Amino acid sequence: MIELIAYAMLGIGSACALIGAMGIVRFPDVYNRIHANTVVVVGGAILTMMGAGILGGLSIFTLKAIVIIIFIFLANPVSAHAIARAAHRSGVKLWRRSVVDKLKEEKQ
Amino acid sequence: MILIGVLIVIFGACIICAVRAVLGPTAPDRVVAMDAIVALMTTSLVLLGVYYNASIYLDVALVYAFLSFLGTLAIAKYLEGREVES
Repeated sequence: MIELIAYAMLGIGSACALIGAMGIVRFPDVYNRIHANTVVVVGGAILTMMGAGILGGLSIFTLKAIVIIIFIFLANPVSAHAIARAAHRSGVKLWRRSVVDKLKEEKQ
Repeated sequence: MILIGVLIVIFGACIICAVRAVLGPTAPDRVVAMDAIVALMTTSLVLLGVYYNASIYLDVALVYAFLSFLGTLAIAKYLEGREVES
């Protein structure tokens, strides 16, 4: 039973990784690509690591996997926010069909 | 056996991300693609640790994730101060 859950996590995680990687290539500007990046990290990496940690059996192995998962889960939003802020401040344009830019309106 | 299949899918996703890291018109595009590649490589290290039943891979994965986080923050801090080239 618990192995079945681990296999389901591995399958969904690798599918999320592949879909998010396609999104990183296909999306039109930096801010949309950051969205696809968080899909890769949270959906792909963390779910796959949880599946691997369950599959490894209950030992020191699972504990280390949980530490890595918690660290990535905390670190990824911070780095995504930092990149988005840096991109907006250094003047990277939005996609031409984007409708609203509240931060730019706020600064004026 | 299923671990090897998942590893192959993850390496395929890494190669797709590398396309954007090479093409990307601005510097933040490349940083986002490299961040995704590093997360997927950390995942593949954990999977290799399960496959070979060796715990040392997980230590390497933890240090790799930590250093990539610091590197991303440093690059973001560097990019803030300069105008983008069109």
